[in-house]
Amino acid sequence: MSRYVLGRLLGAIPTIFLIVTISFFLIRVAPGGPFDLERPLEAKVMENLNKIYHLDEPLWTQYLLYLRSISQLDFGPSFYFRDFTINELFAASLPISIQLGLSALCLALAVGGMLGVVAALRQNGPADYGVMAAATLGVTIPNFVVAPVLTLVLGVWLGWLPVGGWGDGAFVNKVLPVVTLALPQIAVIARLTRGSMIEALRSNHVRTARAYGLTAYMVIGVHALRGAILPVVSYLGPAAAALLTGSVVVETIFGIPGIGRYFVQGALNRDYTLVMGTVVVVACFVIIFNLIVDLLYALLDPRVRYD
Amino acid sequence: MANDTVLDIRSLKVDFDTPTGPIAAVKGVDIEVGAGETVAIVGESGSGKSQTMMAAMGLLASNGRTSGVVIYGGQNILGLSTGKLNKIRGARITMIFQEPMTSLDQLYTVGRQLAEPMVVHGGLSWKQAQAKALELLKLVNIPEPERKLKAYPYEMSGGQRQRVMIAMALANDPDVLIADEPTTALDVTTQAQILELLRDLQKRLGMAVIFITHDLGIVRQIADRVYVMKTGEVVETGRTQEIFSRPAHPYTRMLLDAEPAGSKPAVPPQAPVLLEAQKVEVEFALDGGFLRPKHVLRAVDGVSFVLRRGQTLGVVGESGSGKSTLGRAILNLLPAGGRVVYQGGVITGKSRREMKALRRNMQLVFQDPFGSLSPRMTVGQIISEGLLVHEPSLSARERDRRACLALEEVSLDPATRNRYPHEFSGGQRQRIAIARTMVLKPDLVVLDEPTSALDRTIQKQIVELLRELQAAHGLTYIFISHDLAVVRAIADTVMVMKRGQVVEAGPTQNIFEAPRETYTRELIRAAMLTQERLAGPLPA
Repeated sequence: MSRYVLGRLLGAIPTIFLIVTISFFLIRVAPGGPFDLERPLEAKVMENLNKIYHLDEPLWTQYLLYLRSISQLDFGPSFYFRDFTINELFAASLPISIQLGLSALCLALAVGGMLGVVAALRQNGPADYGVMAAATLGVTIPNFVVAPVLTLVLGVWLGWLPVGGWGDGAFVNKVLPVVTLALPQIAVIARLTRGSMIEALRSNHVRTARAYGLTAYMVIGVHALRGAILPVVSYLGPAAAALLTGSVVVETIFGIPGIGRYFVQGALNRDYTLVMGTVVVVACFVIIFNLIVDLLYALLDPRVRYD
Repeated sequence: MANDTVLDIRSLKVDFDTPTGPIAAVKGVDIEVGAGETVAIVGESGSGKSQTMMAAMGLLASNGRTSGVVIYGGQNILGLSTGKLNKIRGARITMIFQEPMTSLDQLYTVGRQLAEPMVVHGGLSWKQAQAKALELLKLVNIPEPERKLKAYPYEMSGGQRQRVMIAMALANDPDVLIADEPTTALDVTTQAQILELLRDLQKRLGMAVIFITHDLGIVRQIADRVYVMKTGEVVETGRTQEIFSRPAHPYTRMLLDAEPAGSKPAVPPQAPVLLEAQKVEVEFALDGGFLRPKHVLRAVDGVSFVLRRGQTLGVVGESGSGKSTLGRAILNLLPAGGRVVYQGGVITGKSRREMKALRRNMQLVFQDPFGSLSPRMTVGQIISEGLLVHEPSLSARERDRRACLALEEVSLDPATRNRYPHEFSGGQRQRIAIARTMVLKPDLVVLDEPTSALDRTIQKQIVELLRELQAAHGLTYIFISHDLAVVRAIADTVMVMKRGQVVEAGPTQNIFEAPRETYTRELIRAAMLTQERLAGPLPA
């Protein structure tokens, strides 16, 4: 088991190396540089800046320099936020984004899973149609619409929750962004759970459980749900990555200092190190989440074992 | 009849609501079972025999509606609340199902699943239940019961899983055991073992058994009384002996007469050799995984035979004996060792391109009439698809005409060629699959269990159809089957396979009348129980 995990983690190194290489050269292909402002800087200043940041050296030397620093987990200085290194920027913002993303994921799993099970048990009844209609709405309405509406109702009109800001992670500040972020995931998970649950409820082994007079909890919770949750577990990997990277809009609307805004700012300002940093961080998260999902899958399904 | 009735079903009706209106699956059925009695419900698929018992146990699909009375222990259990019904289901009345592969939950150990009903109904602790589960596994003769307790269902064979189901059914010492086709999905020798076990356990424990089956051989062996069902009604009932010796209803007589009869006229020994297999071998490298060493499975191990034009070779064996793999290897559909000579040319190792010209002459019919036809193509398209490859110059009109001819040849109405496969029954689909091969006018057809998924009466018709086609077109068949009764009716020579090797081979008559190997004898004994029923004496 630990051997398998170690193997998977070692196997991730070439993946990350490829990602770093491709994105390093891709962003350099884009025209412009970090110091190209509307009013050009003086030639001397520009030369000095390029020298400090090694931008005057050949591309492959810069690439090797970057590889060396990244292998020491040093993502380098930011070109745009002049007084900060990328490590410092991430140290402040990453925990916030992770908190936000994981809370949203847990909420989506709990609420979406429950709604899906209820819908499956009441298949083709009013509860089922209600849940499925809500799920369709949840997927189709974009979060930049949901967020202002929630803010307006719960924040401005009712005054129950603050309309924005992180407030050093106070619970009331988290409610709206987490809910906004979770809504589309709730919808997807509810649909997934409903589908596989309906199939599971029709399966022969659940018929056996019913024929043997097991309690409703054992039939549904023990025998139907465990198999039905497997497709949802597979979805969790991509979902977690999507929540982490998809928080740009939510973080902007609610004024939360997370990692999301760096994607946009880094790319627009040709802040090479910032873009590279976010790419590597996201890649690591995707890899780790996929590993967790695979382990979880093996835990639930004895036919999949990694030893 | 029995005075001490334990389960009494009176005028039970089952209707299913479907988008096209309600369908009456069971139309007022009366069935009663006395204590310690074995009752068989016989009928073909769709006769409503399973649905009757599912309805009585409150296990219908959500679109099913029931009416009538089911009396157990002095009360009507039909329409009882789930809570009250659950005091009876799994405790006093238990069930065994047809599908041993899926009836157990793949995600829990056998021990856990055996223990569940005992914990729920018997009030045992999990620990006590595990101890009793071990006893039960010993009772149903599962090898290494201690280890099997911790095993998952997917680690067991079909026969072993069915034994686990039987153990589960016996856990709470029930009054009635309902067995719904418990041996249908099993190999013939396993079938015989499971039946023996059930009979033995009933004698020891004295519960009543309701045995749902389509197989009259089993009925004759095991049942005291029989109910014959057809399209939702009981058409005949009586003591087993009476039903078998004096069937009153024409449907019962038809069922009794459904055994594939006759044999194939012999082929003159000077007929030209069409196909010769020389020491054919197929190996599968089983991936061991992370630390387990890879090992090689010899699915087919040095099989040789000679097949003359117009002959039928019956390949017989249980599941896993390599007979299907052999069929594919002969057609060069998977890499194989040894040599296959077809019409004087070696085809082993030929590339796909080189094979293409020969493909039209060598066709394959599969076992599963439901999975082997594309649900998104019309029957006409399915049948004429091969012509697109082998005779691309044909016009659409000509292809259509050929499809019609092929349909007529398999006794289907050509007007149905624009319908989709799901509108046809299993037997009709198998006819479509045969028409698909006939349209290409092949020499050699490999038939891989073409009758195994069908009812006995339909099997008989398909066997007759295959014999007619063979006579009309001088076809050569390789007929793969585990069912010796069918093989006897169609094959010139029989080859018995076990673990990839040929155990015994020879002319059909010799094999059936004087089998040399114990394995062959076992297979024949298990399969011929049905055949004896008209001639031999009944069990006491």
